Amino acid sequence: MYQIIKQILKTGIKTEAPPGPDDALRAEAQRLNKEILRHVGRALAIRHVDAGSCNGCELEIHALNNAYYNIEGLGIHFVASPRHADMLLVTGPVSRHMEIALKRTYDATPEPKLVVAVGDCGCTGGIFSPTNSLGDKGESYASCGKISNVIPVDVAVPGCPPAPIALLQGILTAISGGVKAGNPSE
Amino acid sequence: MRLDEFPAKFPKLPGAMPIWHGTVDSTEFRNLCEQVQRGGGKLVALWGSDELARDAGYALHTSLVTAIGMLCLTLPVNAERPSFPDISDLFPAANRMQRAVADLLGLHASGNDDHRKWLRHGSWPGSVHPLRKNFDGGTVFPTETDAYRFVTVTGDGVHEIPVGPVHAGTIEPGHFRFSIIGERVLKLEQRLGYKHKGIEKLFESMTLEQGAKLAGRVSGDSTVAYAWAYAQAVESVAGTAPTPRAAALRAILLELERIHNHLGDLGYLGNDVALAFGFAQFWILKEDLLRMNHETFGHRYLMDRVVPGGVACDLDGKGRERILQVLRHLEKGVGILKDIYDEHAGAQDRFLTTGRVTPDLAAQLGLTGMAGRASGQAWDLRAQFPCEPYDKLDVRMATHINGDVAARVTVRFEEVQESIRLIRLILDRLPAGECLVPVADAPENAFGVGWVEGWRGEILIALHTGKDNAIHRLHPHDPSWQNWPVLEHSIIGNIVPDFPLINKSFNLSYTGVDL
Ligand code: SF4
Repeated sequence: MYQIIKQILKTGIKTEAPPGPDDALRAEAQRLNKEILRHVGRALAIRHVDAGSCNGCELEIHALNNAYYNIEGLGIHFVASPRHADMLLVTGPVSRHMEIALKRTYDATPEPKLVVAVGDCGCTGGIFSPTNSLGDKGESYASCGKISNVIPVDVAVPGCPPAPIALLQGILTAISGGVKAGNPSE
Repeated sequence: MRLDEFPAKFPKLPGAMPIWHGTVDSTEFRNLCEQVQRGGGKLVALWGSDELARDAGYALHTSLVTAIGMLCLTLPVNAERPSFPDISDLFPAANRMQRAVADLLGLHASGNDDHRKWLRHGSWPGSVHPLRKNFDGGTVFPTETDAYRFVTVTGDGVHEIPVGPVHAGTIEPGHFRFSIIGERVLKLEQRLGYKHKGIEKLFESMTLEQGAKLAGRVSGDSTVAYAWAYAQAVESVAGTAPTPRAAALRAILLELERIHNHLGDLGYLGNDVALAFGFAQFWILKEDLLRMNHETFGHRYLMDRVVPGGVACDLDGKGRERILQVLRHLEKGVGILKDIYDEHAGAQDRFLTTGRVTPDLAAQLGLTGMAGRASGQAWDLRAQFPCEPYDKLDVRMATHINGDVAARVTVRFEEVQESIRLIRLILDRLPAGECLVPVADAPENAFGVGWVEGWRGEILIALHTGKDNAIHRLHPHDPSWQNWPVLEHSIIGNIVPDFPLINKSFNLSYTGVDL
């Protein structure tokens, strides 16, 4: 016990300041009103769904929990069930074998809900999306391509994988008022 | 043919690793597999290819390892009767690989009565085989729900817990079906394939140059190992050799990848036994390493740094100092945390005897890589078949015989320490020279193999070339193929709440086997 306490004290506080929101990441104008945003902003529950990634994006989602980014310190935490979630954080491309599971997870998440698509693959289908006869949807026999081909997406964070700071920024953007036209919270 | 005649009869593939390749008939195929198994060798990979365009029907390929190196067998398969001899009785790990070959290519293991599909769920009909050349990868079928026949356990008080594909934590998707009595697990059955995104089909639309990036994304946590294996395969068919400097830098990148994965898992293993302190501490160390990676090599996970012909990065004096500084920091931090883990009664109580795979079982099932070494399977490519620069480093293999979570924790600690030692040695004698040389054109119809000891175990890339530097067929093989079925055994008799801990101690790749 003494060793543990000593090490904790020696380590000190590592947490760094979070980034601000970035409206350029928005795929859709903010749909939630100010009242709701004020509430979720203090206690956001995220359900992560891996819809077919290479697992690189997951590494950075894990890193959000480390002491430097300390996502829980911002009142944001990952939950075990979509029924407890305000937001789905989805990595992809969406494999066809995960299509039904992703839709069901989305349906199981209560309204109001937000979706953040993670990584180049989540945004566009990325490297797993062949250019083929199906045009720019990037589908194949095995992949549905980008997340928004399957469920509505509010914010998309590019990167391969996106760094934790970019992920944090995407998540914070999704729960911020935003300035894009048609924003009901303005 | 006697096994020891194989290397004399068939050519050794050019390149860094001791690999021989030969075409055999089905009797010889089966016979050689039996000899390898009897001699204590193992199966690395099994895949098929469509050779109709070359008027050669289909082909079934397998890679086996013996004390002298790797033997790759190619068995021509008749297009009218597409079957090959079952080898899952010799190597149980072959079962899922054979079922994947049946799904993707329509070749069947004759004599095996497990006809269940493996990688195919409900997204394309059973009559369609995506890896056949006459199938257009862009074809889309309506997705149906999958009716997969699980083995049911019956009896008084037995019930099932279905878990996944969407899991409770931040992990990859897969389905686990537990049959339990009280809290005790009687049986676990896995259903994987959820992440199948057509990687192998995609490779066939690429050139050798384009394929490097995709190879590094078969399993992102092993991107360096895959990229290196890919580079080895391409260099082998093209007859290009990386410079000593490139080889040294590759090894530094590979060891950094090993360290960051072990640090992350050691943290989670603490977390899973309610020692959140362990998670906090190890993930600080991991982040420190990732930031150094980014500053020094331009990518936190070192993606796209290893390319055919060498490496797409270099190291100057400043970068060298930065690496050494982080290694000192890690060595000290990991040392302190090891003492704390070792002395922590609560953690050790959960680690010890949990999720045990005895050496006998491990040998029988072909448990490989880091998890294999924790169960007495003393195989490590870096020590046994060392390529440059490992051939001059005298790599100390970490082994243990207890085969439980505690043993896997110990092996990880030892491997972190060894990787730190290796990187220092390499930095000490880093050769001067170019980092990247041009890769020659590859001949058509050539076969090359890359074989690298990643952090999880041996990664294999089998490459068959087409015309004009195109990829005719590429099979990336993850050691998780071997280890997933063993995980089913390791949980038997344990309690359900220990599953996350046991699972994490292996930390297998889903994407690497779903492809
Ligand atoms: S964006 Fe990159 S890291 Fe993320 S899943 Fe796609 S290939 Fe992997």
